[in-house]
Amino acid sequence: MSLNESPTLPEGLVVVVKKDCPTCELIVPILVRLEKEAQLTVVTQDDAAFPAELEERHFDGDLSFSWHHNIETVPTLLVVKDGKEVSRTVGWARSHWESLTDIFQLGPDLPDHRPGCGSLSVDPSMSADLERRFNDSSISARRVEFAALEDTHEALFDRGWTDGLPVVPPSEERVTEMLKGTSRSPEDIVALIPPDLAPCSVEKVAINAVMAGCKPEYLPVVLAGVEAVCTQTFNMHGLLATTMPHAPVLIVNGPITEQIGMNSGNNALGQGNRANSTIGRAVQLVIRNVGGGRPGEVDRATFGSPGKVGFCFAEREKDSPWSPISTMYGFPEGTNTVLAFPGEAPRNLIDQLSRDPDSLARTYAANLISIQHPKLVLGFDAILAVAPDHSRIFRESGWSREQLAARINELTVRPGRDLVRGAGNIPEGIPEAMENLDIPKFRENGLHIVHCGGAAGLFSAIIGGWVNGEMGSDPVCVEITP
Amino acid sequence: MTKVLDPTNEATPADIPRATRPETLEGLTVGLLDISKPRGDRFLDRIEERLVERGIRVERFRKPTFTKPAPVDLRHEIATKCDVVIEALAD
Repeated sequence: MSLNESPTLPEGLVVVVKKDCPTCELIVPILVRLEKEAQLTVVTQDDAAFPAELEERHFDGDLSFSWHHNIETVPTLLVVKDGKEVSRTVGWARSHWESLTDIFQLGPDLPDHRPGCGSLSVDPSMSADLERRFNDSSISARRVEFAALEDTHEALFDRGWTDGLPVVPPSEERVTEMLKGTSRSPEDIVALIPPDLAPCSVEKVAINAVMAGCKPEYLPVVLAGVEAVCTQTFNMHGLLATTMPHAPVLIVNGPITEQIGMNSGNNALGQGNRANSTIGRAVQLVIRNVGGGRPGEVDRATFGSPGKVGFCFAEREKDSPWSPISTMYGFPEGTNTVLAFPGEAPRNLIDQLSRDPDSLARTYAANLISIQHPKLVLGFDAILAVAPDHSRIFRESGWSREQLAARINELTVRPGRDLVRGAGNIPEGIPEAMENLDIPKFRENGLHIVHCGGAAGLFSAIIGGWVNGEMGSDPVCVEITP
Repeated sequence: MTKVLDPTNEATPADIPRATRPETLEGLTVGLLDISKPRGDRFLDRIEERLVERGIRVERFRKPTFTKPAPVDLRHEIATKCDVVIEALAD
């Protein structure tokens, strides 16, 4: 018999007892009598020799019988007909025992009733382990039971498992449903999650995705997001620990964005779309719960940013003048990908009057140089999110992404003497050694131009990056697998 | 009863461990909590007598009704004043 199979019920009367229970001791004379007068099986939990007065006992040392037949109290009397339980009573109550056994004058010198004791199979120190051993479930995460008087939502907050907003309680049913969103096996390890570098299984990601409010079809995107941020290159540990406000910004490309209903249009960087809001949040909850990354602990951000609850959106591919941003990372158009970028909160940028690409590029350059500090250059990447009203101008003039990025870079070039420490009476700046160089704001490929936003509004948006390169983080793009 | 799956790396125990039991009551304050079941007070009176004989400090508490959990203030008061609690469940 496999562990998950329910042990068969013997016909007749079954009584489950343990030695460490005064009520069980009390009813031993009853059991002796029932053994003679009825078809009786006594199942003993803690001592194979108890009760010694009986001819035969069945020892339930691994508690398999007790667990599978939901024994919560000892003694429990079961009546079994044709292999099925037809009735049961718990503890000792003469009238109940008499009506169930159809044998009367049971234990005339015993009290009329006596409550039973807790079954070993529901002992808090063992129940989780038993559940793991016997439950016919592919889920191996620890089960946590809330007490009857605990409010579920409060209990989830109390355990420190939320980001400050309510979460969906991760029941086994919901997590099982969530896992149907991926073909990956629940025990597959997705990544080591910083800061604790805890191995994180697909199942743990699914639990946190349920909590974040994801639908099962979002799970592959969440898994790819977790994978992307937990690479050496992305350096999630540093991004979490820094005093700077940045966090992963996830940009999703490919047909999956429409299949799961992501928003790349109106209010794309805002609230209101379930996929956008919950995918980014799920990744953050994995960092918090599996990695142990919590604000005030390893997360030392001075300000943080609203995006740290989760920041995820889709690129608006359908009427984009450019190929998807994922092509910058070598993926062919049409590939489902997640690009993780270490970004801060988005900032709007207005230009309602430019009608040619070069003047728009000038507007972008003038704004982009202010990221972190106008005198700090090369150290920070940026996302430039271009909305349709602006992108039309580039499409009509045939400007490629590369051409636009190159022009912006050119326009941001300034002489080192204006940027060094002390220049303009500002001590902040670049080292004096760079005084004689002409320097652009961004390193090569530091500027990430994406297409998104609603159809109306002559705006673009800037999302400034964290320290780039070896010192900090480089964006990472990974393919989403089913 | 709600059962959820642990979203963490399971490095910390799920159950809060019981407070360690003191080896002796000497120097400790014992709280006697009457849950308001009839005659529980008689049991606790006797316990109090026995404890006081041994020179142990005793504080008495009473739940408003046995049908509901102790109010949070009462639980807090007991936790602040006492090292050990004896609760009477009598009938």
